[in-house]
Amino acid sequence: MLHSPIDRIAGATPPAIAARVKGLSDRAIAWLFVAPSIVLLLAINIFPLIWTIRLSFTNFRVNRPNEPIRFVGLRNYINILTDGDVWRSMQATAHFLIWTIILQVLIGFFLAYLINKKFRGNDLWTTIIVLPMMLSPAVVGNFWTFLYQPQIGLFNYVIAFLTGNDPSSFSMIASTTLAPWAIVIVDTWMWTPFVMLICLAGLRSIPSSIYEAAECDRASKWRQFWTITIPMVLPFLMLAVLFRGIENFKMFDLVVQLTGGGPGSITELTSINLKRAAFEQWRTGYASAYAVILFVTVFGLASIYVKALNRVKQR
Amino acid sequence: MSSYSVTEPSARQKWFAGILVVLYSVITLLPLLWIIATGFKSPADAISYPPKLVFQPTMEGYVNLFTTRTRVPEDQLKALGEPTTWYDKLVRKDGLIITGASRFAERFYNSVIIGFGSTVLCIVLGTTAAYAFSRFKVPLKDDLLFFILSTRMMPPIAVAIPIFLMFRSLGLSDTHAGMILLYTAVNLSLSVWLLKGFIDEIPIEYEEAALIDGYTRFQAFYKVVLPQAVTGIASTAIFCLIFAWNEYAFAVLLTSGNAQTAPPFIPTIIGVSGQDWPAVAAGATIFLVPVMVFTILLRKHLLRGITFGAVRK
Repeated sequence: MLHSPIDRIAGATPPAIAARVKGLSDRAIAWLFVAPSIVLLLAINIFPLIWTIRLSFTNFRVNRPNEPIRFVGLRNYINILTDGDVWRSMQATAHFLIWTIILQVLIGFFLAYLINKKFRGNDLWTTIIVLPMMLSPAVVGNFWTFLYQPQIGLFNYVIAFLTGNDPSSFSMIASTTLAPWAIVIVDTWMWTPFVMLICLAGLRSIPSSIYEAAECDRASKWRQFWTITIPMVLPFLMLAVLFRGIENFKMFDLVVQLTGGGPGSITELTSINLKRAAFEQWRTGYASAYAVILFVTVFGLASIYVKALNRVKQR
Repeated sequence: MSSYSVTEPSARQKWFAGILVVLYSVITLLPLLWIIATGFKSPADAISYPPKLVFQPTMEGYVNLFTTRTRVPEDQLKALGEPTTWYDKLVRKDGLIITGASRFAERFYNSVIIGFGSTVLCIVLGTTAAYAFSRFKVPLKDDLLFFILSTRMMPPIAVAIPIFLMFRSLGLSDTHAGMILLYTAVNLSLSVWLLKGFIDEIPIEYEEAALIDGYTRFQAFYKVVLPQAVTGIASTAIFCLIFAWNEYAFAVLLTSGNAQTAPPFIPTIIGVSGQDWPAVAAGATIFLVPVMVFTILLRKHLLRGITFGAVRK
């Protein structure tokens, strides 16, 4: 096709400019720029993961380096899946996950809805609401044990003041019925702002012309809310649930400091259970198998969820 | 009234929404204010019932946070004479003397070194990788980007054992260098994703112009793209810093003394009977203040940072 003289000139231009562009080729720069990050992630994420998988088939113990490492096949996996404690900690995790997500989505969405009303000074209040999420979960968890003290804690005092109960009659972190709720409350306090921010982004992405059209059609406010607001915000909400789900599935620092898994093992989430096996009982092989199961679970659930999310987005 | 809009909330709605949001903010703020207030209480005021709203502020918590103290007999105390400094005076009234520095300053210093070290490294690696992902045809680009994101799904405990073994054999365990590398790897996914979003928004024409003017790709990158991306780089850096600053699981599992940061230390501050709450609160306050300042500075980029740039505001 390039036969006319002008085409030939045009065709000749790129090499001339390329000659003036000194230094490395784009391809080399791309590799040079991407490689260090990939190498670091391979070294500190993937290599350890593969190592974990390998250890999960052995009876290795870190604190007994002189013992020969024996290959035990699937025994670690069978032991974990038939262990009642493991299932109890899965239940504790599920309880924690379900309630934190329900509460955070409801409160977070409602707050975003209110902030979207654009009252005066809402920027200031949004920044204040967001603060807890930026703090160190371990430090926050530790301090909440103080707020939860039955005799001297602020939380018990406020609840007692509002309900008229005796503040020393209940202890949030020492009671087996209340402890799971104690962690749900703190996590909700810390992370509702996160869901709120994402919902706010969702609400602000809805073009006002849609509401104007609905108004012309004389759709009621209630109808507009359910047929416009909710479906338009849904992908954002689902994204928030995904991020919170992954984070809370890994939850460790906050709960370790808040209840330490207690009383008994009522709030022993899987990551705390795993930490016990790995760093207190030093059953490295067993703990590795446990880690693999957790990773496969979170990765599997996240993948299924992302598929659902994409379907909602396409609608 | 310029124009009537059906989407503009009425004054009553605004007022009602404002009241509810302020109410929520106050509830949210209460535990935070309580931490800060407790830091300035005396140990007796901190554990009094009902909780004290009005109290005589004291720096005792802060003195206890930074020092170790011991009780000495009356005559020995007299032999020492009058206390010369304000903090001596605070401690002396309980029959105590200051015997040395606590490890808080050291731990705080570790937090600063590891936090800033990993942030710098994260930004260097993140910016270059993000630039390459944004501008070049990197083979398997989408897969690599997903791989980078997926490293965030790993529970820290799941990889802690092999990292523990690996660091031990490399001589990196409980060192600043080891923790800097680790925190860089943890935050790299955030850094790459966030920076890619920021660089995507810089028009490619700027670089093309620079290339035609005879710049090399490399020069175009640091003379044209970097200055444009400064705001994005700054907010990404603050996010990386905050995450490294607050990290607890790796710090408690992989360090023991030398390179341990402040989050595992603050909860271990023990007084005469159980936790020394004013000292804990003082430590928490010192530790929270930078994060609060950053949050206020960051509020415009907040959303992008916490969602890996997946949501645009």
